[in-house]
Amino acid sequence: MFSAPPFWENGPAPGNFYNFPNLQPQVQQPQDFRQHSQSPVTTSTSLVGITYDKGILVAGDLLASYGSLARYRNCPRIVKINENIILGASGDYADFQYVKDFVEQKVISEECLDDGLALKPKSLYCWLTRILYNRRSKMDPLWNNFIVAGIQDGQPFLGTVDKHGTAYADKVICTGYGAHIATPLLRDSLDKNPQLNLAEAKALIEKCLEVLYYRDARSYPKYQLGIIDVEQGVSIEGPLEVPQKWEIAYHSKRF
Amino acid sequence: MSVLCPEIPAPGFSFDNCRRNVMLENKGLVLPKATKTGTTIVGIIYKDGVILGADTRATEDTTVADKNCEKIHYIAPNMYCCGAGTAADTEMTTQMISSQLELHRLYTGRVVRVATANQLLKQYLFRYQGYVGAALVLGGVDTTGSHLYCIFPHGSSDQLHYTTMGSGSLAAMAVFESRWKPDMEEAEGVQLVRDAIAAGIFNDLGSGSNVDICIIRKGGNVDYKRTYDEANKKGQKQNSYKYQKGTTAVLTTKVVDVEEVTVRRIETEEMDTA
Amino acid sequence: MSLAIRPYYPDYSTVPTQHHFNPYADNGGSIVAIAGNDFVIIGADTRLSAGFSIYTREQNKLFSLSGTTVLGCSGCWCDTLTLTRILKSRMQMYQQEHNKVMSTEACAQMLSTMLYYKRFFPYYISNVLVGLDNEGKGCVYSYDPIGHCEKATYRAGGSAGALLQPLLDNQIGQKNMLNVKPESVTKERALSIIKDVFISAAERDIYTGDSISINIITKDGITQETFELRKD
Repeated sequence: MFSAPPFWENGPAPGNFYNFPNLQPQVQQPQDFRQHSQSPVTTSTSLVGITYDKGILVAGDLLASYGSLARYRNCPRIVKINENIILGASGDYADFQYVKDFVEQKVISEECLDDGLALKPKSLYCWLTRILYNRRSKMDPLWNNFIVAGIQDGQPFLGTVDKHGTAYADKVICTGYGAHIATPLLRDSLDKNPQLNLAEAKALIEKCLEVLYYRDARSYPKYQLGIIDVEQGVSIEGPLEVPQKWEIAYHSKRF
Repeated sequence: MSVLCPEIPAPGFSFDNCRRNVMLENKGLVLPKATKTGTTIVGIIYKDGVILGADTRATEDTTVADKNCEKIHYIAPNMYCCGAGTAADTEMTTQMISSQLELHRLYTGRVVRVATANQLLKQYLFRYQGYVGAALVLGGVDTTGSHLYCIFPHGSSDQLHYTTMGSGSLAAMAVFESRWKPDMEEAEGVQLVRDAIAAGIFNDLGSGSNVDICIIRKGGNVDYKRTYDEANKKGQKQNSYKYQKGTTAVLTTKVVDVEEVTVRRIETEEMDTA
Repeated sequence: MSLAIRPYYPDYSTVPTQHHFNPYADNGGSIVAIAGNDFVIIGADTRLSAGFSIYTREQNKLFSLSGTTVLGCSGCWCDTLTLTRILKSRMQMYQQEHNKVMSTEACAQMLSTMLYYKRFFPYYISNVLVGLDNEGKGCVYSYDPIGHCEKATYRAGGSAGALLQPLLDNQIGQKNMLNVKPESVTKERALSIIKDVFISAAERDIYTGDSISINIITKDGITQETFELRKD
């Protein structure tokens, strides 16, 4: 008897106003905006960095992934910048190569001045922070996490910068999955023994990379190890193999 | 609808309310926030049984809702279960399965198996398609040995020798992956579980406070160590914050005469069990 | 109810998802400042975090701008780094142009202007600026991210700001109390209250903890102190 008048068929939802057809002005979307690349493409995973009594170790595997594809398997991403700086990167590999070329040119230009002064680790760290912050402010970030390791005034320095320009220095720095998996192990070891020697630090890094290889699906068992020592200077070792133990897997018979 | 041709109800569970809630949320309705336990929970199998561990922090967004909550739940005399995710869901799910298993035990007259509990839990969670947000680590011993399961909110499960769950799972798993080995001694196993939970407590902001540990030995001997390790001591306050009497303003006072009340004692009666 | 309506499973969706770059990050941290007649104290926790992880446990968030002025920052750390660096150079430019150190009031005004300059792409920072004014009296200025400035005698800001401000209102401002004689806070009491409120904040706010760095500013200069908090 009291059926709804036909006017209300396809009417507004309760609490909303009725909009008659074609009475709303057609809003033109702006066509002149610029679209920047807003996600990384070819990526590399974690970096692990730790300070020992006379220097710093930085390690990272050699894989550059294309999404979930293990695409390039020999991509070094720990580089020697000069006699007292190592630069490591995770995240977009192309962005890293761009920054690396930039930094290398900067080092060459400074070399040409021939004033006997070399780029210092804290200077590079500060400069990178500005570069990354400027790019994030243009909404066109360099999709990387950099680690700068070096010796300045006889003291080891380990710092990191991310794609926002967020920068900090600490005794233990890991990026990517390493921040969740390797950092707890490294912090714990450093709490128990704040003065690690080189051999202990190396063993620790190796263990971390092993655990990362077990749990990070974008990792790879071939890695490079950057060492910067107060006495020995810079060296980059590798490719090294991550030790693996899969016996435990055979214990799981039940699924 | 005609009586001769009744509408056949759609089979299976109805998720109408879930869809309605999503629609209302999109229109701006703020649903009540549930306490989530951003958690570290772990379990390992050692030589003589199972060890479960948990932290004791419950969070609501970025504030700590409960500084010492219990995350290791009782399932059966030979079985316990750690819960991560929505606090209410983990609690209610484990309680309900616990009661079902007790009825099962009374009916069959046998020690219930861990596999049974796993099956009941995962079937229950699967029915709710992840809307019951409980991530569980189930551990126990039965006639077939020690078992450890990890059950996900959508209803899948894994049987493993060591497992971790919650927001601190990566920190805890790093400890297991570097130090777990088959057939560990009890003391060594407890230390490993403590260290795994501590890794979660100190490195994951969703986990904190103390370490709870539950050891279930073969033969059904259970050792539930609530606050096994107080990983964090609360800071010592420097001032006293007691108020003088009369600091709080009293706005109005009203005195009401209470009529005399008589109390009638009721004798207790034996329950009729005939 | 029609069965034709397909449920939506985000995990199995094949529709392309659009990523959006968020230029801001919340790195947490809390600031508390209390001013007295001849001093001002500011404290900040030293935890730098993002999401559920701790970046570092020893990050100083107090920046001394002059011998009598200190700025405490919490929020988006990359903005903090940028803002404080610009502030530092502006302080130096002022010093070299006018041949005198900028006063606390002038610093406070300059900070407000600098924040509002980025009105539509703000620095996402909770700022608390403290210092001694020209009479040597302690003062606290607090800001919102886009440059609103308010002078106060005590202030809590950052991730535990909302948690701590009512406590300071009561303990320092003597609000909501009867039969208390109004008295200004002493340096010792202010220092112990700062430590106590941080202990409380570390209990309930996940972004506050590890330790606090405290700067005490008097006419004799700035003294620094640290105090340990819980680490979980």
